[in-house]
Amino acid sequence: MTELNELYQEMILEHNKSPRNFRALADATRKSEGFNPLCGDRLTLYLKLENDNIKEISFQGSGCAISKASASMMTTSVKGKSKAEAEALIEEFRKMLGREAGLDYDARHLGKLAVFSGVCEFPARVKCATLAWHTLHSGLENGAKVVSTEEGEKNRHA
Amino acid sequence: MGLDVEKLRKDFPILSRKIHGKPLVYFDNAATTQKPQMVIDVILHYYQSQNANVHRGVHALSEEATSAYEASRVKIQQFLNAHESREIIFVRGATEGINLVASSYGRLHIKRGDEIIISGLEHHSNIVPWQILCEQTGAVLREIPVSDEGELLLEEYERLLSKRTKFVAVGHMSNALGTINPVKKMIQMAHCWNARVLIDGAQAVPHLSVDVQDLDCDFYVFSGHKIYGPTGIGALYGKAELLEAMPPYQSGGDMISYVTFGKTFYNTLPYKFEAGTPHIEGVIGLGAALDYVRALGLEKIEAYERELLAYGTKPLKAFPGVKIIGTAKDKGCILSFVMDGVHPHDIATILDRQGIAIRAGHHCAMPVMERFGLPATARVSLAFYNTREEIDELVRALHHVREVFKS
Repeated sequence: MTELNELYQEMILEHNKSPRNFRALADATRKSEGFNPLCGDRLTLYLKLENDNIKEISFQGSGCAISKASASMMTTSVKGKSKAEAEALIEEFRKMLGREAGLDYDARHLGKLAVFSGVCEFPARVKCATLAWHTLHSGLENGAKVVSTEEGEKNRHA
Repeated sequence: MGLDVEKLRKDFPILSRKIHGKPLVYFDNAATTQKPQMVIDVILHYYQSQNANVHRGVHALSEEATSAYEASRVKIQQFLNAHESREIIFVRGATEGINLVASSYGRLHIKRGDEIIISGLEHHSNIVPWQILCEQTGAVLREIPVSDEGELLLEEYERLLSKRTKFVAVGHMSNALGTINPVKKMIQMAHCWNARVLIDGAQAVPHLSVDVQDLDCDFYVFSGHKIYGPTGIGALYGKAELLEAMPPYQSGGDMISYVTFGKTFYNTLPYKFEAGTPHIEGVIGLGAALDYVRALGLEKIEAYERELLAYGTKPLKAFPGVKIIGTAKDKGCILSFVMDGVHPHDIATILDRQGIAIRAGHHCAMPVMERFGLPATARVSLAFYNTREEIDELVRALHHVREVFKS
């Protein structure tokens, strides 16, 4: 049971129950869609960028506890950050859950996002955790396109 | 005498496996079924002592392989009660069978303005080929709507049927909800308008006796791996006069009778539709799987599975915060459900750690999920080798899901 407890940590369950920034953003400057075709989960991410800073961020959609908590905690982590800082965080998060499985990531940068490190033990669930981050990356880059977790292997944010 | 489940479980070596230290409880039979030793042995035997190409050589091995291969065709013919064995075409699975009909029959008969009717319960494999055919021909796709119980609304179907209806393609049993559709009646209704009917039997064939002559369907498809056989093999049944008139689906070796650079003469049925070296061990393995099922008896299987479904429905219905999706009166052994506050994926992950394999997701039937306003369900799909004890285990594990989620 320890691995399950590692996966479903208190903080993840709490964010799943009461996700932060879980709403549409009327004055969003960017909107991006994330999609996991394997399970049908969809996520819409709203971004308000000002001078390359993330002034506001929110999300809507349906998903499992892992994907919802990940999206929720992502919004609180990148709000107020610059585009470059957010991209760096995306990279760290990806490293934590990527194929390198936890090698070489800097836990200091991730802070409380490190609660997702237990997802590595559940390969089928890694895409749940990274969906929001893929979607943020695509929102920061171009804003409009629907990203799919199944394109992940081919691009940088696998 | 009913089935001796404890005894026949020993026929399936994988069922003694442990997953995460717990005995495997395999509840994902609608995705694929496990294989009895007999099927595994037949495939092994084929490669160890019969391997040769079929319909080719004059040597003994080729003759042996060919006769084993063709014996399976007859087994399928008998299993479905088809009139003739040449009405059985080997395909990769139900998906390829549907594609074959959509492409070959469709190209020949479907024109702009014609209508094709499918249902709101279909698996993507019985939606997309018809969508593509409609795009290519200018025909129109219509869907039979679904009730809150997960049953097809037959009065709506009646309204959809018209002289424009040229084809109806419906699943015999829903993979997402378990609903068994009244296909015999639906076929009669379509035939009143001279429309042809394909029945997707991928889910039904392992659980119900199917008689294609009694149904009077024009086409019937199923996949071997869902009826305890190998993957990559399935069968299409088609009425001989329809298959005779249809153009080939793929071309190459074996489907021809005479080739010159000027013209090719196609082979007769069923070979016209079986281009290239086929999945020989798959065909032979499927034949063995059907032998196995026949020896148990589909009536006994059906009776046992219905009893097991009722046994599983009761505690799930009573489970706090659980809702069963799909409560049709006529239902196969599938329990699709959702739980308040816990996403199906999380349920599946926690169950998996208890050794219980279920499916979570849209079950390749996104329109069904949309109909019920759900992104996904958790699905328990049973087979005759499942037991009451395993269902008790499931209920215990669902309590554990509640504990993990503290809800």
